Amino acid sequence: MKRLTFHPCGNYKEHYGQELAIFETDFGRMWAIIGIALLFGAVPFISSPYFLYVLNMTGIAAIAALGLNILIGFTGQISLGHGAFFGVGAYAGAILATTVGLPFWAAVPAAGIVTALVGMVFGIPSGRLKGLYLTIATLAGQFIIEYILVHWDSLTKGTMGIMLPAASLFGFEVNTDLRFFYVIFVSLTCVTLVASNLMRTRYGRAFIAIRDNDRAAEGMGIPIFFYKLLSFGISSFYAGFAGALWAYYMRAISTEPFTLGLSVEYIAMVIIGGLGSIPGSIFGAVFITGLNESLRFVTDAMMNFPALSGFGLNMASLREFAFGLAIVLFILIEPKGLAEVWRIIRSTFRLWPFSY
Amino acid sequence: MEFFFQLLINGLSIGLLYGLSALGFVMIFKSSSVLNFAHGQLLAIGAFFFLVLVSWLELPIFVAFLITLAGSFVLGFAVERIFLRPLIGESLIFVIMLTVGLASMFKGLLLFFFGGNLQTYPEFLPQSMAIQLGSIYIPPVYVASSLMGGIFLLLFGLFFKYSPQGIFMRSVADNQTAAMSLGVHVKKVFALSWAIAALVASMSGIVLGIINGINVHEISSIGLKVFPVVILGGLDSIGGAIIGGIIIGLLETFTSGYISPSLRDVIPYIVLVVILLIKPYGLFGLAEIERV
Repeated sequence: MKRLTFHPCGNYKEHYGQELAIFETDFGRMWAIIGIALLFGAVPFISSPYFLYVLNMTGIAAIAALGLNILIGFTGQISLGHGAFFGVGAYAGAILATTVGLPFWAAVPAAGIVTALVGMVFGIPSGRLKGLYLTIATLAGQFIIEYILVHWDSLTKGTMGIMLPAASLFGFEVNTDLRFFYVIFVSLTCVTLVASNLMRTRYGRAFIAIRDNDRAAEGMGIPIFFYKLLSFGISSFYAGFAGALWAYYMRAISTEPFTLGLSVEYIAMVIIGGLGSIPGSIFGAVFITGLNESLRFVTDAMMNFPALSGFGLNMASLREFAFGLAIVLFILIEPKGLAEVWRIIRSTFRLWPFSY
Repeated sequence: MEFFFQLLINGLSIGLLYGLSALGFVMIFKSSSVLNFAHGQLLAIGAFFFLVLVSWLELPIFVAFLITLAGSFVLGFAVERIFLRPLIGESLIFVIMLTVGLASMFKGLLLFFFGGNLQTYPEFLPQSMAIQLGSIYIPPVYVASSLMGGIFLLLFGLFFKYSPQGIFMRSVADNQTAAMSLGVHVKKVFALSWAIAALVASMSGIVLGIINGINVHEISSIGLKVFPVVILGGLDSIGGAIIGGIIIGLLETFTSGYISPSLRDVIPYIVLVVILLIKPYGLFGLAEIERV
């Protein structure tokens, strides 16, 4: 093991390798390893079943949000269809598991690939459109996919929904929240690693160049249409992967959840977490899932008090209000999101007591 | 043939409504290039404000109408001042998401106060306004809404053509920097365009409420219908918004009449994607020229 180093007091980077490193110091790597060890070793055993369920939902949301951050935060293509792609992944997973009969370990990545292909089809307009015109085209994609999911009866069984078989991996039945916790969080760790390393390769640099100025990127010899499609593909793969995991976790899926509202929720995660930040996507997923669950908790608690039950009923509608308020406040006060807040907190501690 | 004409009339009146709803949207986009996802909620707020004045406070129709217009004017002004002003010059995604956030805030508030049920205005249109063309019957609400739509289109046409404020707004839309250097107060124009857009939106909301009844979810979803309409017409063309609205209205009614009712809600978006692929800036929109 290398010598443990602290953050230097200035920018003393001498070659590009230091700039590209995932962990700036060995302490960062050490804390990450400790965090992962705690996550897998301690967290699932001290948390209640309900909290485990929330954690699992957060993990799934984080995978999908990571994908969307690659598209919006790194490539600069705003997509309002991520919820629909999540739904495509869920349905692809369910159909591959039931009709085709693939096992769990194959069905989930295969669903990701199917979704990636669908995502690339809906990414084709990005060849000619950008900015808000592209946003509107992806909005149309959201509605078209929703329609297809509901009305292609022979494939998706329409509004009836699909029941999935139990997942099994390496001979284990993955049927409890605890076992799903391991499947979901091992997947999340893997896709996070893939995403953060992807951004250090030529592909990631091409994405960032396109985000910063697509004309200039084209002038530098980057085939922008190819990279935009690739970005749509990767982001949809993440969405599809998460969707298929979700379908297996829920065991029964219907067409209802995959609305524009879900897409908006994912964009909210990316923005609240921090655009163009890998840890930010995870922070955002934690924040939004946490917000949803705590608002539900407050509503339920109010329903149980007879005096407040009428008010509690109305609270349900205020959930939407709180969600919107969170987005608006973050955009107005901290547009760089929780990742920036986290950075500020860290540097405050690092520079204490002589910060300037 | 009779079925065809009935569909035609329905399509035209629905289309005119879409056009009218899109008008406010285009106005905001034209002056400040903000894509307003909260437009449907602005429609709904106008409709509910009118409902409160008419059914709960039982004010006379005309007074209630004027108060609603004034109220929504103030609302639009406030929204721009509080939420949009800090974002001038920020990147597109923040502006879009801000309006999305506003949309869900407004929707949450409306649901909190009025619930998700369908409500209706008291009957106030005289039955004599109905038009009977041969065997085709046009109910009074459609006549009234077309009349209102026509009047307001004319008013706005004149406003943009002749009044100083209208000319300022057009100049800002055309070239912000040039307008600023010629002494146009750009921020004031932004505020004014939001105020006018909210006013137009509330008026369209009232008309929608008269026709379909007032329901938060229904009226909000019209706000999303606006997108295919304006893309068809070009995001920055006011006449185009009306034409786009009428085309979408006709498309919807004919699809549901002849092909399948379930396809009705998705056909505008399919057409939208096709149009965007052929003409990336809409049918009447202006191509943006960019330099690196």
